[in-house]
Amino acid sequence: MPVYNLKINGQSHSVEADQDTPLLWILRDHLNMVGTKFGCGIGQCGACTIHVDGSANRSCLLQVSMVENMEITTIEGLSEDASHPVQQAWKEVDVPQCGYCQAGQMMSAAAFLQQNANPNKSEIRDAMSGNICRCASYNRIEEAVEVAASKMS
Amino acid sequence: MKDNVSPSFSRRSFIKTSALAGGGMLIGFNLFQACKPEAKPPVDIPIDISQLNFNDFNAFIKIADNGMVTIFSPNPEIGQGVKTSMPMLIAEELDVSWDNVHVAQGALDTKNFTRQVAGGSQSLRQGWEPLRQTGATARQMLINAAAAKWGVDASECKTENGVIINANGDKLGYGDVVKEAAALEVPENITLKNPKDFKIIGKNISNVDVDKIITGQSLYGMDYKEEGMVYASVLRPPAFGKKLVDFDDAETRAISGVHDVVKFGDKIAVLAKDTWTAMKGKKALNANWTSDSKLENTEDHDKILMNLLNGKEFNTLRADGNVKKAFAQADQVIERTYESPFLPHNCMEPMNFFADVTPEKIRLVGPIQTPAGTARRVANLLERDPEDVSVEMTRMGGGFGRRLYGDFALEAAEISKIAQKPVKVVYSREDDMSAGIYRPAIKYKISASIKDGKISGYHLKEASVNSNMYGLIPNFFPAGAIENYQVDVANYNSKITTGAWRAPYTNFLSFAEQSFFDELAEILEIDRIQLRLDLLQKVKGTTDERIQYSPERLEKVIKVAVDKSGWGKTKEGTYQGFSAYYCHNTHVAEVADVVLENDIPVVKKVTCVVDCGIVVNPLGAKNQIEGGVIDGVGHAMYGDFSFKDGVPQDKNFNTYRLIRINETPVVETHFIESDIAPTGLGEPTLPPAGAAVANAIKAAKGIRLYKQPFIKNMNSKAPLG
Repeated sequence: MPVYNLKINGQSHSVEADQDTPLLWILRDHLNMVGTKFGCGIGQCGACTIHVDGSANRSCLLQVSMVENMEITTIEGLSEDASHPVQQAWKEVDVPQCGYCQAGQMMSAAAFLQQNANPNKSEIRDAMSGNICRCASYNRIEEAVEVAASKMS
Repeated sequence: MKDNVSPSFSRRSFIKTSALAGGGMLIGFNLFQACKPEAKPPVDIPIDISQLNFNDFNAFIKIADNGMVTIFSPNPEIGQGVKTSMPMLIAEELDVSWDNVHVAQGALDTKNFTRQVAGGSQSLRQGWEPLRQTGATARQMLINAAAAKWGVDASECKTENGVIINANGDKLGYGDVVKEAAALEVPENITLKNPKDFKIIGKNISNVDVDKIITGQSLYGMDYKEEGMVYASVLRPPAFGKKLVDFDDAETRAISGVHDVVKFGDKIAVLAKDTWTAMKGKKALNANWTSDSKLENTEDHDKILMNLLNGKEFNTLRADGNVKKAFAQADQVIERTYESPFLPHNCMEPMNFFADVTPEKIRLVGPIQTPAGTARRVANLLERDPEDVSVEMTRMGGGFGRRLYGDFALEAAEISKIAQKPVKVVYSREDDMSAGIYRPAIKYKISASIKDGKISGYHLKEASVNSNMYGLIPNFFPAGAIENYQVDVANYNSKITTGAWRAPYTNFLSFAEQSFFDELAEILEIDRIQLRLDLLQKVKGTTDERIQYSPERLEKVIKVAVDKSGWGKTKEGTYQGFSAYYCHNTHVAEVADVVLENDIPVVKKVTCVVDCGIVVNPLGAKNQIEGGVIDGVGHAMYGDFSFKDGVPQDKNFNTYRLIRINETPVVETHFIESDIAPTGLGEPTLPPAGAAVANAIKAAKGIRLYKQPFIKNMNSKAPLG
């Protein structure tokens, strides 16, 4: 079985896996980084969102062989101490209900705010529309992205 | 160590205490079964936190000698916030600062749960008295201990944020007297706080797990793993009604990392080193299926349910007056039919469960709303003593009713028994959506008789796949408001599994009834708010004890919703729809604001007025309300699920549409101020949402909707009932 060298949250990991294994399952089952969630496996729900070289990607659609030597960031590495403005905003607004989708929501929000530091409501709604929250905490997600933007400016 | 134990047992008490070996006081108590009149045998309460046994008590409070309070609660958390709100009740009466309270999930070897079910929005309602009683009792014991130390009368002492103060102004922290307090008799007849003195109840308290959630820590069943565990992906019959004939697993077994293939019943489990390999192994199976009866189609269900509605075979759940006579004497009869599809739950966390079945014991770990019932079912299935079974609950990535059914835990147990290994069953989204226990497809026919411009009779008929309405539902509004009133149900037994789905029984009924009253008002040319208020007048002072709702409380939420939503005063281009409903012990009124964008109705805002009694945690309560309303709007607009030859037609989110943030209305919440005991919020704001939207769409486009999902039926000229 091939071995892949991955750079995740600034650390190197070498994993032995089939080349078609999605990064999602490498993170969860091989490296025990379970913050990245499985929701649909086809890139429709956004629960598995991570950053690859700074932009948001669905880890269920990325095969491990595609991401060697790229900078991968997961929720565990968004900050060392929950201090990322998005994490702070999520806590302040008390966004989570069941909480399962929220890591993916936060990773989408963090990547979006890197590109657009001062978004309006409609831009926030468009940017976050790839992430499903079954508890429908959407009003608070919208508010938390605004709060995070104001913290970052 | 034994001499350190100073348990006290009071005959009528549901509380027991011990001095912990490592310092501090432990209080064991039982949620939901406080103060039973009959004596309970004295039971031991541990002196070591690692020995907590949730068999005799189902919750514990530890007060450490530094004054820190830890609440051990195994109550299931599915996202409805009870893990935060229930401890708030204890902390309030214990009179400690919330900052000094830590909430811990129940211990590992939990067995024989007394009553832990997350369902029906009942947790807070049932915990309201016993949780506060427990906090207040512990507080009194601490006061008594301090008073004895000072040699003063306990009545001269008061508490403030975890400190006991006597008349001289002397102070002792709770931690200073825990050892003495634990040795005291448990006092009876404790007075609870006056709601006006509440310091924690009514304050905004953040979700207690929020730090773990925002940092991605392991919390959910999906995250659970143990040394030696294998992952199982299960191939189930592809259609409801199909059975397994045989299968070929050669390709599966050739995949590196696949450990085993196990047949159980009509299912085949692939066991592998990780989730992905198990899923790949399942795809490589070649199975043959058969069916011995006609496979079911949604088209057939539609005809069958319509025939049932038009037939004569009904169970009558409630009958007041004489509906038949009222209809015979009517000036006018109005009859409408409302139709809904099946709905899958689609919890964001797909179903999963861990089981380790050994000759000695059965350990189950995972997300489950009904641990006790599931433990019993596993014991029955494997023909084992229920005492052998333990269940550990993880946080749940949503429930919505799906996790009331432990089918996935039974699968895990069965596979583990056969494979003789610890196993975690993991559903893919496709598994989750196609092995569902769905909200049944339902049709309603509602008829009203009009005599002299008034509603003289009301006849609600339900036809559903398997079963739906039962119990108290026929005593909801408009029961009691109309002299001649009848509720009838008819069912079709299907092979498709159905069950509770958020706000069971009323999630679609509310749409039908609140759409019907809206249309009745139009036909009778009565103001649509006034029609509802007039009906409620007739229920005031009722002596009918079956009536579940309060006409006064429903009237109040209606009036406040009219006021807060700017009803009738919106700017041009905004159309409003009204709905009011009682269910799950909570009264709710909603107004939806709809605008047309390219002639398509878009729900911009929903004003939601809620009477849930005392609001324990407004921050959490609003979250539930917003979620419930948006969930209700989303499923009414988009939720569609059908079957062809027994096969679910949607398997993932590429074709099954859930509401997304860009389609979401802003929910504006208003609470009715109240000093009545709190009721739940996980469900009651969902049912009225669909009707509020449908009534707004009628105002906007002139089209009255009788069928969900609206998106599919909006542009066709829906035929009148």
